[in-house]
Amino acid sequence: MTKRKTSPLLMLKRFVVNVIKYVFLVCLCFIFIMPLLWMLSTSLKANAGLMEFPIKWIPDNPQWGNYAKVFRIVDFGTYIKNTLVTSLTPVLGVLLVTPMVAYSITMVPWKGAKVIFPIILATMMIPGQVTQIPMYITWSKLGLVNTYVPLILPFFLGTPYYIYLMRQFMKGLPNSLVEAARIDGANDLRILFSIIYPLCGPVLTTAGVLVFVGCWNDFSGPLIYIQDSAKYTIAIGLKSFTLSAKTQWELLMAANSVFTVPLIIIFFICQKQFLGGIATTSGLK
Amino acid sequence: MAKKIRSAASTGEPTLEKKHTKSVRQRRFFWIGFGFALPWIIGFCCFKIYPICSAIYYSFTDFNSFRSPNWVRLDNYTNLVQDKYVIKSLKNTAYMVIIGLPISISFAMLMSLVMNIKAKGMPLVRTILYIPAMVPSMASALLFMWLMNSRYGIVNQGLKEFYSIIPQAVKDFLPFSFKPPSWINDPKWTKMTLIIMGCWGCGGTAVIGLAALRGVPTHFYEAAELDGANRWTRFWRITIPLISPTIQFQFIMGIINMFQYFTQAFMFNMFTTTSQVTGGGPSDSLLFYAINLYREAFDYLHMGYACALAMVLFVIVMIVTFVAMKVSNKMVSYDIE
Repeated sequence: MTKRKTSPLLMLKRFVVNVIKYVFLVCLCFIFIMPLLWMLSTSLKANAGLMEFPIKWIPDNPQWGNYAKVFRIVDFGTYIKNTLVTSLTPVLGVLLVTPMVAYSITMVPWKGAKVIFPIILATMMIPGQVTQIPMYITWSKLGLVNTYVPLILPFFLGTPYYIYLMRQFMKGLPNSLVEAARIDGANDLRILFSIIYPLCGPVLTTAGVLVFVGCWNDFSGPLIYIQDSAKYTIAIGLKSFTLSAKTQWELLMAANSVFTVPLIIIFFICQKQFLGGIATTSGLK
Repeated sequence: MAKKIRSAASTGEPTLEKKHTKSVRQRRFFWIGFGFALPWIIGFCCFKIYPICSAIYYSFTDFNSFRSPNWVRLDNYTNLVQDKYVIKSLKNTAYMVIIGLPISISFAMLMSLVMNIKAKGMPLVRTILYIPAMVPSMASALLFMWLMNSRYGIVNQGLKEFYSIIPQAVKDFLPFSFKPPSWINDPKWTKMTLIIMGCWGCGGTAVIGLAALRGVPTHFYEAAELDGANRWTRFWRITIPLISPTIQFQFIMGIINMFQYFTQAFMFNMFTTTSQVTGGGPSDSLLFYAINLYREAFDYLHMGYACALAMVLFVIVMIVTFVAMKVSNKMVSYDIE
C-alpha cells in the first residue's frame, strides 16, 4: 500500500469510528465478564452486606473466611478428588480409543469404514434420554449404580463426537504416509501410535480438554448414578450444598467460584490449542 | 501364504496371483479395520442398540423397578397424550425451540461478527467473549439466579439505577411505568432468563461462526466492492449465504439440544420449589420435556412410562430435525465454488 496524504476531515472520521469501536468493545467485554466478577465480589462479602445499595464491586473488608467456611461445610477435597477420577479417566479412554476408530475409518481400506461413519453421525442425533433409563436399569441390575463405572466406561468404548473430531482431522493427513509405512513393513498399531498419533497433537489436545471439561461439568450423569455423598462429584456436591444454603449467596458464590475458576485457568493455559482446535475441526468440511 | 502366492506366480498365472493377493489384502484389511473399530462396535451395541431396543420394550410395560414388568400394550402412550404435564412440558420446550433458539443463534452469530472486527487487542476480546462458555451450566444457573434475583440481583439494581437517570419529563411521556421484571419468579420471564443465560454462554457457537467467517474467500468481497456493492449488500449477499451451512448445522444441533434442555432448568426449579419432587418452576413455566421425564423416571419411578416419554421424544426430535433440514436445505447454499 502506498502512503497517501489524508485530509484532516477523513482522519477525524476515522478517529471517531475508532473511538466508537473501542467503546463498544470495552462495554461488551464488561457485560460478558461482569457476572463472573460479581460472583467473586459477592463471595467476599458478609451476608449483611449483600443487599447494600449502591453496588459495591470491591467489598470494604473482604471476607476470606467465606471460603474457609465453605470448605468446612462442603467436603470439597473429596469432591474434587472424585471429580478428577470421573474426568481424567474418560480423557484417557477417549485419547486411547477414538484415534483407533478414526484410523479404522480413514486409513484402513475396508468395507466397514463406509458403513460405520454414517452410523456414528446418526448416533450423535439420538437424544440422551432415550438410552438413559434402560442404561440405568441395566447398571442397577449389574449392581454398578453408585459406582463410577457407568460414568467412565462409555468413554472407553468410542464416543461418537470425538471420533468425528478425530476423523475430520485425520482426513487431512496424507494417506501416502500410511502406505509408505505399510510398504516398510510396519504393522497398523505401530503406524497409528508412532506415525499418526504424534501428528494428531492439536486435535488430541482439543479432544482431551473438551472431554475433561465436559466430565467436570457433567450434571445429569452423577445426578442419576451417584447417591452416596462420599462419592459425590463437585457438581452434585454443589447441588446439595445449594439446597442447604438457599439464601446465603456469599457462600454459594464462594462455592461456585471454587467450581468454576479451575476451568477458566485450564482454558487460559490451553487457549491456543483449544480455540484453534474448535475452529479447525468444526469446519464442517 | 505369501510364499504360496509367489510360487503360483512363478508358474505363470498372473491373473490368479493378482486375485489372490487382492483378496488376501482385503481380508487382512478387513480384520485390521474391524479390530480397530471394535471398541466402538461394542460400545454401539451396548450403549445404543441394546438400550433403544429395551426402551421400546419397557415403553409397553408398567415397569417401576419394584415389580417385574407387565405388558400393558399401548396404555403408556394413550395416557401420555392426555397427561397435562406432558402437554405443558411440550409447550415449554416448543417455546425454547421456536423463540429461544433463533435468539441465541442470531446473538452468537452477531458475536462472531464482533470477534471478526479488526482492532487492537482482539485476541483478548475473543477470550473474554469465550470465557462464559467455559462456565459449567449448573454453575451459570446458580450465578444467574443471584444476578437476576428479583430484589437484590445486580441486574435489577442496574435497571432501577438506569431508570432513575431518565429525566422526569421523559418518564411522563412513557406509556408504561417501568418496573424491573422479577425474572426467575415470574412465569412470564423465567424462560427469557434462561435464554439470556444461553446468550451469555454463546462463545462456543460464536467461535465456530468466526471460523466460518474467516473461511469466506476475500476475493468475493473485492469483486463485489468493484461492482459497487455497499457493506450492507455485501453482508446479506455474500457473507450470509456463504456461512449458511454453518448456521444450519448450529440450528439443527441446537434443536436436538433444546429438546434435551435439563441442567439449568433443574437448578432453577430446585430453588423455586420446596417439595422433594423435582419441580416445574413458577406455575410449571420451566417444566421442560426432559425435566418431566426425569421426574417420572427417578422421582415417581414410572420407568415404563418414562421410556414411552423417551420414545416420543425420539420420534419428535427425528421429525423436527428432518423437517428443519428439508426446509433449511432450500435456504442454504452449498455451491461455494
